[in-house]
Amino acid sequence: MAVIKKFKAVKISQNHLLGIQDLSFSEVSYILDEAKDFIKLNKSTSKKTDVLRGKTQINLFFEPSTRTQSSFELAGKRLGADVMSMNIVNSAIKKGETLIDTAMTLNAMHPDIIVVRHQDSGAPNLLSQKVNCSVINAGDGRREHPTQALLDALTIINRRGKVEGLKIAICGDILHSRVARSNIYLMSMLGAEINVVAPKTLLPHSIERLGVNVFTDMKKGLDNCDIVMMLRLQNERMQGSFLPSAREYYEYFGLTPDKMAKAKKEALIMHPGPMNRGVEIDTNLADDINKSVIREQVELGVAVRMACLKIYCKKI
Amino acid sequence: MKEKYLINARIIDPQNQIDEMGGLIIDTKGLIKAVGKKVVNGNLPTTAEKIDLKKQVLIPGLVDMRVFVGEPGYEYKESFRTLSNAALSGGVTSVVSMPNTSPVIDSVSMVDFLKRRGRDKSKINIFPSASLTKNTDGKQMTEFGLLKRKGIIAFTDGIKTVQNPQVMARIMNFASQSQSLIIQHAEDNILSEGGLINDGEISTRLGLKGIPSLAEKIIVERDLSFLEEYFCRYHISQISSAKTVSVIKKAKEEGKIFTAGVSINNLSLNENDIGDFKTFLKLSPPLRTENDRLSLVESVNNGIIDVIVSDHKPQDEESKRLTFSQSATGAIGVETLLSLALEHFHNKSIKLDKLLASVTSNPAKILGINKGSLKVGNDADLCVLDINKPWVVKQSELKSKSKNTPIENRKLQGQVLKTFIKGEIAYERIL
Repeated sequence: MAVIKKFKAVKISQNHLLGIQDLSFSEVSYILDEAKDFIKLNKSTSKKTDVLRGKTQINLFFEPSTRTQSSFELAGKRLGADVMSMNIVNSAIKKGETLIDTAMTLNAMHPDIIVVRHQDSGAPNLLSQKVNCSVINAGDGRREHPTQALLDALTIINRRGKVEGLKIAICGDILHSRVARSNIYLMSMLGAEINVVAPKTLLPHSIERLGVNVFTDMKKGLDNCDIVMMLRLQNERMQGSFLPSAREYYEYFGLTPDKMAKAKKEALIMHPGPMNRGVEIDTNLADDINKSVIREQVELGVAVRMACLKIYCKKI
Repeated sequence: MKEKYLINARIIDPQNQIDEMGGLIIDTKGLIKAVGKKVVNGNLPTTAEKIDLKKQVLIPGLVDMRVFVGEPGYEYKESFRTLSNAALSGGVTSVVSMPNTSPVIDSVSMVDFLKRRGRDKSKINIFPSASLTKNTDGKQMTEFGLLKRKGIIAFTDGIKTVQNPQVMARIMNFASQSQSLIIQHAEDNILSEGGLINDGEISTRLGLKGIPSLAEKIIVERDLSFLEEYFCRYHISQISSAKTVSVIKKAKEEGKIFTAGVSINNLSLNENDIGDFKTFLKLSPPLRTENDRLSLVESVNNGIIDVIVSDHKPQDEESKRLTFSQSATGAIGVETLLSLALEHFHNKSIKLDKLLASVTSNPAKILGINKGSLKVGNDADLCVLDINKPWVVKQSELKSKSKNTPIENRKLQGQVLKTFIKGEIAYERIL
């Protein structure tokens, strides 16, 4: 794959960032290049720019979120946008308003960009058809979480120079994970080889059709990997019929030093957060500064979201 | 009423294996008096009315075994009047109405209301079904004998499946006494819980919870096991997968007596058509893979599947303008049933007589009604069609009150020109 030079003339074909599936390689490169500029800015003492001065950003979160919502909020503010976060608990949705009606109401306030998280897959797509501004998907159901995948890619590039040629293991609850799906699409596009590792009950139907190697044995799945991405195991699934217990899950699928030893010596550990220490990841591994880049993911998340807001705000 | 001579037509009657040029005489009571090549132009009585069909195809009016009407309770979705208009423009002259109304059709007192409304507001023949269980809650069976005596033609929980095996076994055991027809919508609720589309690559990509085809197969297998012990008139409403086809094929080969249907949607569309979360393609059973679809088509052609239904389920726009998981299930189809089915004739995947039998004589036989054939003495419920006429489905031109067609802009071949009910022209396309 050729080294992509910074050509700012890249056109983003869509008005909305709904998923990695809609992006081309050059679009991804463009977003990541933009994000790199913001990494420096975020480390400087004066973090504010006026790229989006006068623009209005609405964060519409139908699902609870700490890091993604605050990351988007900070990103918008650092770009100089007016940011409003909708508190859905008090909103008309609770009074029976439909998503489209909420969208129309917000649309009447002339926002430039709406950042949406929704428990239903495809909700941002529906929203994007009804509003006049750009829509950024901050996670929809089990479908996609594009900015998470982009920040993961940026983190890997920051540490390893490129994604191409790396072997990446994505481990845990693949079935319910939008992070896994977006990462599978993005890392494949960027030229990585992907192993997914999960118990059979947490693997989606026909996952191999997405071009990944499927493992149900953690040690085999991690063998010779450059990157180990752990996924959060939602505790509510533990009592369900997916798994016998947290103990059994940890035994076979928790990231422990002996399993990690199968990956390359310099392999990195990633996690989209929030973590369940002792369920999917050993607590010492999570804090191992030589291996874990979990905090860096959060840091670069702001930069990636600034890049996305900047690019998509200017689209419309 | 004058006698009518329909002449110069290609008469196709799958029941009597007729496919010939000829005519049909309707007597003064609206019954079929004579049919076939012997009915020719010339020496018509002067009192008779002559209708030259100009070599178009004349078939029995269609019998659609699965139609939802909004009365009572959901009149804003479909009334008897709008259903009747929609059906007639599609050549459908008889329908079995599903009991999933509000309230549910589960008691004798509801039947009179239905029959009266059906008679007063619609021109087509409405054959009401009642629920298998009270309020379709799967617990207490309804009064099969009394309801049947009142004019209920079949028993089904419609969109629901009796989950409790003991209840289902008792239903099948008891229903045989009154010779009641049991129609099952086969879906295991626990396996399909929260499911939205077929469980497969598309559901993985769209991030939608899948409905495994096993959910259907398991109920069919269960009921066919019961059938060995408790024989009754049993019909599987609409199947969707190749796995279920093989279960049905095996059971029929073993000599079990039952029948099965398929929705025209599962016969003509697959999961890929859902595209970018098109809620009009959220159906039950869900659209499955192309392999499943091909297996269903083949099964109609070789007689493993007996009936094609429209599964006409009107939904208002509001209930479809939601996220995929929140939106209502179902699609309209009674108007496009015949034309969409004819796709399979035109692309040579189903023989014409098999195809037409599955929407006329087969459902009539299963229901035990004198419909769906051109037998002398039957009501002259007829459909005249231009079997080759190309046309494009447009929401705005559909007669159903709800516009949730899954085949908007689809190019079809074959269109209904005239529909007769009891010898009267009830619908005529303006060309």
